[in-house]
Amino acid sequence: MKSECDIAIIGGGIMGLSMAYQLSRAGVTNVVVLERGYMAEGASGRNGGGVRMQWSSESNVLLMRESIDLMRHFAQEIGVNVWLRQGGYLFLARSEAEREKMETNVALQNRCDVPTRMLSPEEARAIVPELDLSGIVCASYNPKDGTVFPWPFLWGYAHQAMARGVEVRLHTGVDAIEPSADGYLLATSKRETGERDTLRAKRVVNAAGSWSPEVARLVGLELPNRPHRHEILSTEPLKPFLAPMVSLLSSGLYFSQSMRGEIVTGISLEDHDDGSVKLGSRLGFLTKIARELTQLVPRFAELEVLRQWAGPYDVTPDGQPILGEPLPGFFLCCGFVGHGFMMAPVIGKRYAEWLSGKKKDPIFDRFTLDRFKSGKLEPEEMILG
Amino acid sequence: MSAKIIVCRCEDVTLSDIERTHALGYTHLEEVKRYTGLGTGPCQGRECMVHAAILCAHASKIPVDKVRPFTARPPLQPVSLAILAGEDE
Ligand SMILES: Cc1cc2nc3c(=O)[nH]c(=O)nc-3n(C[C@H](O)[C@H](O)[C@H](O)COP(=O)(O)OP(=O)(O)OC[C@H]3O[C@@H](n4cnc5c(N)ncnc54)[C@H](O)[C@@H]3O)c2cc1C
Repeated sequence: MKSECDIAIIGGGIMGLSMAYQLSRAGVTNVVVLERGYMAEGASGRNGGGVRMQWSSESNVLLMRESIDLMRHFAQEIGVNVWLRQGGYLFLARSEAEREKMETNVALQNRCDVPTRMLSPEEARAIVPELDLSGIVCASYNPKDGTVFPWPFLWGYAHQAMARGVEVRLHTGVDAIEPSADGYLLATSKRETGERDTLRAKRVVNAAGSWSPEVARLVGLELPNRPHRHEILSTEPLKPFLAPMVSLLSSGLYFSQSMRGEIVTGISLEDHDDGSVKLGSRLGFLTKIARELTQLVPRFAELEVLRQWAGPYDVTPDGQPILGEPLPGFFLCCGFVGHGFMMAPVIGKRYAEWLSGKKKDPIFDRFTLDRFKSGKLEPEEMILG
Repeated sequence: MSAKIIVCRCEDVTLSDIERTHALGYTHLEEVKRYTGLGTGPCQGRECMVHAAILCAHASKIPVDKVRPFTARPPLQPVSLAILAGEDE
């Protein structure tokens, strides 16, 4: 066990692990990842595995395009099957206002070399014949979007980073962070036994997802992100029949079929926000989603729900992440709302390039904590849930 | 031998799958569930959780009653979307 390191990463979710993996590939291996719980305890172990390039901001279109490209080589590179399946994403619009936005977004995506196309309801039905498209005015479809199975992604990154000398310390939470002459001194404790320890780190990264405001407060920083409970369910498995992820813009309903055959589906739902992470499952979610889903796909009426669960969205005021170095040697990698899984490959790579001294990408000057003060926001609008 | 002993029948998780998971240092029941998929099929762990908990207790050398069961996910029994949507009344 290291007692000193170059970089301590707080949070062993997909962000922290992607960064650790990329750092190790860049030759920076004196790194410790500190995870308070078990691996995949946070949002990264609870998400729907959707990966798409259909966004409304240019930065997201380009970042996700690159991320999905990285994922395509993941099985080879890391030796873990993440079950990437590029079955496309089919977005459905119900109003003229939605159609207008959709057309603007598709034009932007095409300018970024993403092959999204506008479809008529009939063309959408040709892709998913089970849809009841009454009230749908048009659709957008990018055949290169897809889904992954999230869990093996985490082990893949972790095991590769560990093989190169990175330490991933599970069940170890960070309780205090003191600035010191040569960086920071972290006080940690084991969740099960309470056993205490310390770790010296020249640089610290806050990758604690929905808990990142708590972690930032340990060094006196206030972050604007808030946790939002997002619920999701999966059904009994069916024979594979559904290629794309389908999503209704008006309600935020989305559903896809996993490689195990289950329908995995979620929807936007209000929650009361008191700043704490809430992970309880609600009956109101089941009844709302059941109504929306059976209306859109009448044949799902007989389908049985097996399990529902919840995870935290890490929501920022503009739907964009919080990156950069607000204090010397203290870095932020949080605020990924409901799309952090698909962003992790590219963000980890860019962060590793920066921290290993190769180059600093402009995203680290654009998506800073400061932007919320200066008011220069470019909001992302294609957020579901 | 342990490759032929099935612990989770829904997801085909064998004793040797669990032993391999423990050998990687993942001895918590929640970790075993996520690493192997154990307990995520139609019975939702009703058949396999106790066996897996005993194995986890052995692996981490703690009493079985100290192993926390994994979070129960509603619904208790599979329920059709039609019933949830209120179309059956
Ligand atoms: C239901 C649901 C569906 C989603 N669907 C998608 C999707 O389809 N596609 C997509 O790309 N994204 C999706 N997301 C979003 C995605 O899951 C997240 O953006 C992503 O996992 C965030 O990763 P993270 O590493 O930032 O956070 P997390 O995975 O939450 O990791 C943060 C970790 O920090 C740890 N931690 C907290 N405090 C401390 C401390 N003091 N010391 C040590 N460790 C600490 C936590 O235990 C946690 O494990 C979804 C999210 C949810 C909840």
